Amino acid sequence: MRIDGKGLIDRTKPVRFRFDGREYAGYKGDTLASALLANDVRLVGRSFKYHRPRGVLTAGSEEPNALVEVMGPKNQTPNVRATVQEVFEGLVAQSQNRLGSLRFDLLAVNDYLAPFLSAGFYYKTFMWPRAFWEKLYEPIIRRAAGLGSLSGKHDEGAYEKAFAFCDVLVIGSGPAGLMAALTAGRAGADVILAEESHALGGRLLSEGGTIGGMAAADWLAQVVAELAALPNVRIMLRTSITGAYDHGTYGALERVGLHKPARPNLPRECFWRIVAPHVVLASGALERPVAFPDNDRPGIMMASAVRTYLNRYGVSPGKRVTLFANTDQARATARDLMAAGVQVAAIIDPRPDAFSVEDCPVHVGAEVIGSRGRLGLSAIKVRKGNETFEIETDCLAMSGGWNPTIHLTCHMNGRPRWDDELAAFVPMAGAVPGLVAVGAANGTMSTHGALATGHAAALAMVQALGRKVSVDLPEAEDMPYKPKALWLVDAPGRAWLDFANDVTTKDVKQAAQEGFRSVEHMKRYTTQGMAPDQGKNSNVGALAVLADATGRGIAETGVTTFRPPYVPVSIAAMGAGGRGMGFAPQRFMTSDQASRDRHAPMIEAGLWYRPSYFPKPGEATWREACDREVTMVRQTVGVADVSTLGKIDIQGPDAGRFLDFLYTNTFSTLPVGRVRYGLMLREDGLVLDDGTSARLGDNHYLMTTTTAGAGLVMRHMDFVHQAFCAHWQVRYISVTESWAQFAVAGPMARALVNSFVETPVDLPFMGVAPVRIGGVDARLFRISFSGEEGYEIAVPTRYGEALFRDLLARAETMGGGPYGMEALNVLRIEKGFITHAEIHGRISAHDIGMEKMVSAKKDSIGKAAATRPGLWGPEREQLVGLKAAGPISSGAHLFVPGAELHRETDQGYVTSVCWSPTLEAWLGLGFLKDGRARIGERVRLVDHLRGLDVICEVCHPVFHDPEGEKLRA
Amino acid sequence: MPELIAKSALDGRSLTLAGVTLAEASAGPITSIAILQDGAKDVAKGLKPLGLAFPKPQQFTEKAGVRIVWTGRDQAFLIGVAPPELEGAAVTDQSDGWTVLAVTGVAAVDVLARLVPMDLRPAAFPVKQVLRTQVSHMNAIILRTGDYAVEIMVFRSMARTAWHEVQTAMEMVAARSGIKI
Repeated sequence: MRIDGKGLIDRTKPVRFRFDGREYAGYKGDTLASALLANDVRLVGRSFKYHRPRGVLTAGSEEPNALVEVMGPKNQTPNVRATVQEVFEGLVAQSQNRLGSLRFDLLAVNDYLAPFLSAGFYYKTFMWPRAFWEKLYEPIIRRAAGLGSLSGKHDEGAYEKAFAFCDVLVIGSGPAGLMAALTAGRAGADVILAEESHALGGRLLSEGGTIGGMAAADWLAQVVAELAALPNVRIMLRTSITGAYDHGTYGALERVGLHKPARPNLPRECFWRIVAPHVVLASGALERPVAFPDNDRPGIMMASAVRTYLNRYGVSPGKRVTLFANTDQARATARDLMAAGVQVAAIIDPRPDAFSVEDCPVHVGAEVIGSRGRLGLSAIKVRKGNETFEIETDCLAMSGGWNPTIHLTCHMNGRPRWDDELAAFVPMAGAVPGLVAVGAANGTMSTHGALATGHAAALAMVQALGRKVSVDLPEAEDMPYKPKALWLVDAPGRAWLDFANDVTTKDVKQAAQEGFRSVEHMKRYTTQGMAPDQGKNSNVGALAVLADATGRGIAETGVTTFRPPYVPVSIAAMGAGGRGMGFAPQRFMTSDQASRDRHAPMIEAGLWYRPSYFPKPGEATWREACDREVTMVRQTVGVADVSTLGKIDIQGPDAGRFLDFLYTNTFSTLPVGRVRYGLMLREDGLVLDDGTSARLGDNHYLMTTTTAGAGLVMRHMDFVHQAFCAHWQVRYISVTESWAQFAVAGPMARALVNSFVETPVDLPFMGVAPVRIGGVDARLFRISFSGEEGYEIAVPTRYGEALFRDLLARAETMGGGPYGMEALNVLRIEKGFITHAEIHGRISAHDIGMEKMVSAKKDSIGKAAATRPGLWGPEREQLVGLKAAGPISSGAHLFVPGAELHRETDQGYVTSVCWSPTLEAWLGLGFLKDGRARIGERVRLVDHLRGLDVICEVCHPVFHDPEGEKLRA
Repeated sequence: MPELIAKSALDGRSLTLAGVTLAEASAGPITSIAILQDGAKDVAKGLKPLGLAFPKPQQFTEKAGVRIVWTGRDQAFLIGVAPPELEGAAVTDQSDGWTVLAVTGVAAVDVLARLVPMDLRPAAFPVKQVLRTQVSHMNAIILRTGDYAVEIMVFRSMARTAWHEVQTAMEMVAARSGIKI
């Protein structure tokens, strides 16, 4: 219920929202949890395994119970913590993990089966019979697994990724964080103050008290105003630091638009990477529950959360509240409630020596040993000495002390230290370089301690940054914190440790009995700590029970490993911008629009988009277009954009020597104005790439690589240059993007080219010359990848589109036209030219019949390794051509006709195939054991995937114009 | 035959959102100068008529609209003028290989912080500083040309993706500031 006059919500701004189909009212500043509690909605979810009724337990991101689905216009977000989700006008949320309604969840039957569903149930039950696994068990488990559900649609919401850098990162904005931010901020350092909640203040928003002689709220307002006014301080609200990584990098998740109605372009979340040399961890502490029988009913909450709902949100979670706590600090919950006019039925304190000054019944030396209420708490059972009695109550505030929030300090493999006095784990200093834990995160529980340690840590950082500052430390409460550990109440019944995953003290004890004594084993056996809250509420309690069950101390038992992220991070945020086509950059050629204008389907080649074929009216299939384009090139002239091939400009007195070292064959002897085909090996002797290099001047070469190999070859060259010949006089740079290059091929290629160049040149085969085209300096190469007389014209990229369109216009007048990747592929298979389909990384020069290209007169990369036994000889699969009457496929395997088909009889495989309109046959390139010696033989091609079984003739790989007369015409 | 028509990758387009302007800039000639062994003196002599010196790592200098930009070890791009006769270096035309995107406005650096994993604070990335880094997945050269101005050089073939990435970041930054687009 809402309490008049309390809370920091904005009562002038009412908002309406829906939960499970019903409309409710709340205020701006409410979380979904506080607004539901204000509307007396206690039941908000069901537990994972037993489908027990669950209510709000906490008021922060550690919430294990109040997990809901938030429904947006385009998104359905499961497992949203109602304690974190702010309400806004039009918010629609629903409960999850139920079959039927939340009140009558049919899967609640599991609770009656609890005796059979204890720890290790899966491992023991689903072992037999074996055949049941796939058909029965797995579908059932999959149906039952998971909490929330997904829409099954793509998440088309906007998400963002960003980077930030600062001198001091302050994590958390309670008194410790504020003091640190103020100190570093006044010193002029660049500060990022990250706060998980939607307002600065941390526990100050939930507690009363005074700081520096004024009300804590006034001190807070003053500090917030000063920080907001400092230009060097960046306040990041709704931002959880999710992980600590190497080199002072921290992951952070910012909820940018989740507290507002969806708006175009407004990111829902932003995943930050923040780099900071100095970090103040002021993440506070998490209050821990007490394991007593039936401690999981809606209405049983953390005492600190009850205080937060009352003081920050103006909500009392009950009308008749009881308190079960083992610290003096928790008594404030009862006092604040009574001051607000809420009835406190009783205080139950297990410490026999505790004081009892409150104006309500106080039972010292007593324990809660049970509870009642089907869908919400109605009464608790209390044991005091030998006496037991019931107290009617609709809300029990519990506290078993505090656990410092040490999560981030353990992300770089640091282990926390057990502090006996605090009965808690505290961070090991220096566990994350540059990070200093302060305040409650470091076990200093008083407000004074928080202010003092935050101040001191920031001062040290300011000094390290070479700055100076003087900030007075305000006075504040300095109450000693001396908890008496209270992990569990010894009484019959199921006492919950992990509320989300339904792990009870019994499960942990059973794990220990069955030999899972290590904390890591216990965790996996019981699933304790493996729910969305990652054990924030249950880890320490569970290992205390385990320690007891195994007769060890807690320090000796140790903790499980804390791993990022601290809070759940949506994959959408981490992958922001990478959905669909955002996955990788798109590279477009200058001819792109011209090709699309001709309705050419574009295919991806690396990151490039290249035309597959250019359909003409009446052509029903790609094959018809492809066949026509091939015949066109063979008979008239074709034009293709080959700009994607890698181009590397190499200069310097040692350029030729460098190429001799990179390529297996010699380039230093290449005359100026000539082009040579070259083969490049990796250091292991296998083929890296092939291509042509042209000599443009005495000390100037232009290397061409394959499209796919461009980056690879550049990297290889950098490595070779830096590792083996750094002192050579050679420099090189990519010019792939600088030149648009077009292949012109066919019997009429020369006529087409000469109609373009200002002064016709008579280029020999494998020649290069500077030419001028349309007032532009261009380069003309006479090279061919088609087997026809071929030229490539290169112009500066800005002229690429114009030249392509102009070339096509003229080519079409001559009866030719453009050709795409499909035709290009057929043309090169007919000619027996290889691509990376053949040189796929396991191929030696010998395999492709190029062993003679490995010069004996000089050293080159990979030459020595290529002579290793096993890389050459008849036992290798060698490049051959294949010819068949029916369709064949790449990926098919080759066998001796009549032989059995299995791995041992495999004779090779097929890498490229096409229908050749020129030879009117199916052609293939492939690798066949001792293939060169078997030309003329017949082999059986089998493709189990496509159901092909064809007899092929083994041929020389060059089918078309084997003498090369057309090339050289 | 008639002259070939020249086109830039993005037709010189521009876009303004929430005070940030993204525009394709025309850089003029871009020439890579890679100093050969012992060639530094000759290069310095060759650059003298332009009033420019070979830049220090991660810096660029500018005179009369001509820039020389550090782009790697012993390598710089001369931008805005045809290269002078140079001894002691490999000189390679890069004019058509790059698209230059100018991002200006008070929030220009906030936009860049969505795409570039580098410290862009004024102290770490002052005016006349150049970064060789990445814009999302694209290799880039980024110049700080003013307090509120940067220029991003990316491979020309990736210009459309670069534009899309920067525009998306601009839209999100604008939406955060409450501007409806």
